[in-house]
Amino acid sequence: MSLKKTRFKYLGESLIEGNIKITAILAIIAVFLIFFFILRESLPIFFNGEVQQEITFGKFFQGIQWQPVSDHPRFSLWPIIMGSLKVTMIALVFAVPVAIGAALYSSEFAGRRLKEFIKPVVELLAGIPSVVLGFFALIIMASFLKNIFGWTYRLNAVNAGIALGFAIIPAIYSLAEDALNAVPKSFREAALGLGATPWQTAVKVVLPAALPGVSAAVLFGMGRAVGETMVVLMAAGNAPLFSLNPLESTRTMTATIAAELGEVVFGSGHYHALFFIGLTLFTVTFVINLISWALFDGLMSKLYGAKK
Amino acid sequence: MQTGINRLEIKDFNLYYHRTKALEDISMMIPEKKVTAIIGPSGCGKSTLLRSINRMNEMIDGVTVEGQVLLDGEDIYQQDIDVVELRRKVGMVFQRPNPFPKSIFENVAFGVRMGDNVPAKQKLEEVVERSLKEAAIWDEVKDRLHRSAMELSGGQQQRICIARALAVEPEVILMDEPASALDPIATAKIEELIFRLKEKYTIVIVTHNMQQAARVSDFTAFLMLGKLVEFGPTEKMMTNPGSKLTEDYITGRFG
Ligand SMILES: Nc1ncnc2c1ncn2[C@@H]1O[C@H](COP(=O)(O)OP(=O)(O)O)[C@@H](O)[C@H]1O
Ligand SMILES: [Mg+2]
Repeated sequence: MSLKKTRFKYLGESLIEGNIKITAILAIIAVFLIFFFILRESLPIFFNGEVQQEITFGKFFQGIQWQPVSDHPRFSLWPIIMGSLKVTMIALVFAVPVAIGAALYSSEFAGRRLKEFIKPVVELLAGIPSVVLGFFALIIMASFLKNIFGWTYRLNAVNAGIALGFAIIPAIYSLAEDALNAVPKSFREAALGLGATPWQTAVKVVLPAALPGVSAAVLFGMGRAVGETMVVLMAAGNAPLFSLNPLESTRTMTATIAAELGEVVFGSGHYHALFFIGLTLFTVTFVINLISWALFDGLMSKLYGAKK
Repeated sequence: MQTGINRLEIKDFNLYYHRTKALEDISMMIPEKKVTAIIGPSGCGKSTLLRSINRMNEMIDGVTVEGQVLLDGEDIYQQDIDVVELRRKVGMVFQRPNPFPKSIFENVAFGVRMGDNVPAKQKLEEVVERSLKEAAIWDEVKDRLHRSAMELSGGQQQRICIARALAVEPEVILMDEPASALDPIATAKIEELIFRLKEKYTIVIVTHNMQQAARVSDFTAFLMLGKLVEFGPTEKMMTNPGSKLTEDYITGRFG
């Protein structure tokens, strides 16, 4: 018998492979197209004299006011950069301990039954549309927190940050739990065999061994928090104030785009400015991803050695 | 049977995985500062028996035990036994080297750090050095104590694991086929090490390798299908086995 393959023997396989390849390429092309579109709409700020009458790159960093529609429009990005930072940090401070605590609990301490309960419940949280979460934060949580803590403003960065925290907990939990579950059982056995308690084993062995994956989970959550729009649009009070105070109303970069792009004069300085904010968000998310990869690789080789 | 001082004794011991009986009526003495080998065909319950001595079987769902394991006359399966303390007295080395993804230093210091009173840095360094020397790996790693233990070869990793077990100053060391994942040279080093360690420690070693049992052990327990077929001095067992089953096994007729 000849070893030559018959003509159509692997036709099915090559069709499937070809399909997958095309889908992957299309996804990549889509990302690039979006990027180039945003880039193209931001570029007039740098090169178009007419647009530059209204807005230049320098103006983004002058003053502390974002007032794009007024007789003397002001385009300082500082208040909304501050808003994004504040809300993101508050969300992480709230979400990271909860998500990682839950992941550690369900991977190390919960019995099989409880584990099978926690996982779907947290993942259910991921299924809540962000507009519903925002609605909840706007109507119920804001009043509740205001009454308890006696805040001056119902809608503020803390309120939005906590709501945003709920939005990113499932993703962080899910990725962190996968990382913890991937830690070999032999590490746990070794630790217990040396007379470590289950708690010590979880915190001193399992968590550090999963650190590359867990830190990637946290940075992924951070990327999500920076990019999330609806929750912060509804829950933060939407006032672009330049303030460090977390209890004042604030507005994020994403909420600014969402709130203003619908009514902006097409082709105006304001229009291009909004695209520039989009470009900035794109870049920030990209940089967070880069940091995440670098951190993952760095921790991997520190913990598991340089040899491959 | 005269075996010297017996600090460890297994008495009418049965173990079940759910309904399945894995160990049946095991009774044996484990003499102090000697090497006791547990041999037998694969799946006969060697690892199960070994892990019963420091209650590592508890991690597995559905394990129940009957009978006693006595350490200095005290049954370790009593309700109020502190398992953490037990495991500090009865250390364990596993079949596959399993150093933590931490530095060599942190691996060896781990057990001590997890204890109630963590010594000062200098004392800790002494403990690490002493343990690495005892495990005959100091010279190979002394210049790279703060590099990841995962970078070492399998044989070196296994000696790190032994050093890690020694650092908490156990009385008994359990070893489950500690050389089965290693090449012959690394195996020889481990065997040499075991030979020296018995001056200070009581060692129980599982092996499926008859020659290894003959080389390193003073006493041998032969297990089959969860039952103890024969237990006695290794030399006698190898030259003049008391049972037909043992003889068949050591002459390689099965297993
Ligand atoms: N976690 C477990 N759950 C159920 N049965 C097990 C488990 N571990 C081992 N066994 C069974 O117990 C018997 C003894 O296993 P083991 O002690 O690992 O044997 P050995 O170490 O001698 O090869 C085998 O029949 C094995 O299938
Ligand atoms: Mg085994």
